[in-house]
Amino acid sequence: MENYYQREIECASPEQIRAWQDERLVKTVHHVYDNVAYYRNLMDAKGVRPEDIRSRDDLYKLPFLTKDDLRDAYPYGLLAVPRADAVRIQSTSGTTGRRVVAFYTQHDIDLWDECCARAIVAAGGTREDVVQVSYGYGLFTGGPGLNGGSHKVGCLTLPMSSGNTQRQIQFMVDLGATILCCTPSYAAYLGETIHEMGLQDQIQLKAGIFGAEAWSQEMRRDIEKSLGIKAYDIYGLTEISGPGVSFECSEQTGMHINEDHFIAEIIDPKTGEVLPDGEKGELVFTSITKEAFPLLRYRTRDICVLTREKCSCGRTFVKMSKPMGRSDDMLIVKGVNVFPSQIETVLINKGYPANYQIIVDRVNNSDRLEVQVEMTPEMFSDSVSAIATQEAALVEALKAMLGIYAKVKLVAPKSITRSEGKAVRIIDNRKLY
Amino acid sequence: MTVKQISVFLENRPGTLAALTDVLSANQIDMRALSLSDTADFGVLRIIVDDSYKAAFVLKEAGFICSVTRVLALAVSDTPGGFAKAVTVLGKNGINLEYAYAFTTKKRGLAYMILRVADNDAAIAALTAAGFTLTCQDELVEL
Ligand SMILES: [Zn+2]
Repeated sequence: MENYYQREIECASPEQIRAWQDERLVKTVHHVYDNVAYYRNLMDAKGVRPEDIRSRDDLYKLPFLTKDDLRDAYPYGLLAVPRADAVRIQSTSGTTGRRVVAFYTQHDIDLWDECCARAIVAAGGTREDVVQVSYGYGLFTGGPGLNGGSHKVGCLTLPMSSGNTQRQIQFMVDLGATILCCTPSYAAYLGETIHEMGLQDQIQLKAGIFGAEAWSQEMRRDIEKSLGIKAYDIYGLTEISGPGVSFECSEQTGMHINEDHFIAEIIDPKTGEVLPDGEKGELVFTSITKEAFPLLRYRTRDICVLTREKCSCGRTFVKMSKPMGRSDDMLIVKGVNVFPSQIETVLINKGYPANYQIIVDRVNNSDRLEVQVEMTPEMFSDSVSAIATQEAALVEALKAMLGIYAKVKLVAPKSITRSEGKAVRIIDNRKLY
Repeated sequence: MTVKQISVFLENRPGTLAALTDVLSANQIDMRALSLSDTADFGVLRIIVDDSYKAAFVLKEAGFICSVTRVLALAVSDTPGGFAKAVTVLGKNGINLEYAYAFTTKKRGLAYMILRVADNDAAIAALTAAGFTLTCQDELVEL
């Protein structure tokens, strides 16, 4: 079955993709150098002239851009077109400090919508579908992005936004929604509520496109079972455009990056050195078709792997893994790099909930790593020694993964705070500075 | 001839045991026996209550992790040196005793031992043959 929105682009030859990237990168570098003082200063400081960038191979010469740059340049410092030519502002979900804003021309929005349309079609969407968009609308890119993509495909679009779960479910049933777009945690919650209301036989969903937060394979299976659908992952960042930077195909083994619009690199988060395909590191994006807000070598802080193996879906775009963690979450304990994602993998494999907390301390000038894990009914036994045996097995598995000893502390269920947004996974009590 | 014991996971943190007893008393559940086995980080609290079904239910509702295990309740007060003799009987029959704890009843001042063994049926057969009396759940409620 052919599920492409733009077959000639999505299945283009590697040579064609490369030609697009070379040409568009050169154009974008000139565009930002000529129109954005912030970029000009960054490039001048690094001694790079626009003429030095002649193809994708020269990408490494360009300076990186981080979220701090975007905050420094707030509000209009990175806008690359006259204000009159920009038509839209979106913003990242509020963390501390100054917000990050992104700008779009109408052309930028059209291309963004196309990226989302590719994701919807890859998930089996056609103009016959009713797409329920339950991502937030407004400054958040989730709602507007999938809404635009759904229009491009010609689906009947239900712009529900988030919240008001009863009404969501009523519309889903009454209007026969077939594709649901929202965060994975909201999809899980909708599924639970639908079952509580006994309406599971009255929904007509066939697919879901879920993104904007981290979710495990286990959670995917739960959602698929609960809603009776196939659940597809989608990735994006407001800074780069929003959802649709990459999306999953029916193979569900990674997300195809829309390489006609974005060049992806994997770097060593400590040295900034570019790593070959297949190695784990920080994902860096360069947008090459944006008019209002092009970003060169933007460090996403997401730890991923890129793979160029042939995909059964026929698409030739490189695939990125689900983000396995954040480079800013990386800990160095006893001189060893520890990613929370590694600990999470061990816990899931051993049947523990992925809700954990890592506590690092320095005792007598030596690092101590403790992993707090919630007890589950399945793991519990009336015998202390049986529990201690399981604990020891977990310590062994962590040691095999991390290369260092981590103490395991079993804690009461639900005692590790479940946050609304970002979970506090790491408590570093070392006084390193 | 067994009684139901409820085992509860307790994190070693001030207030967790109090939180548990609060749940039980708020639901008018009466504890007959209690034993805590712990390590530096966590403990397993074992209790015998008058209404084990209700206790397991309200504890789970309150977010505790618990399990119900069938254990033996051996009347020992009418047999001098009863517990030591019972252990000998179990040993001779090759039945492994995992843990034991004692309690006395309020009403009649009787002493009982709770025994957790690997094989309840074999233990009941061996102990009854040796002349011991085992208490069942219903009797325990009356004590
Ligand atoms: Zn594919």
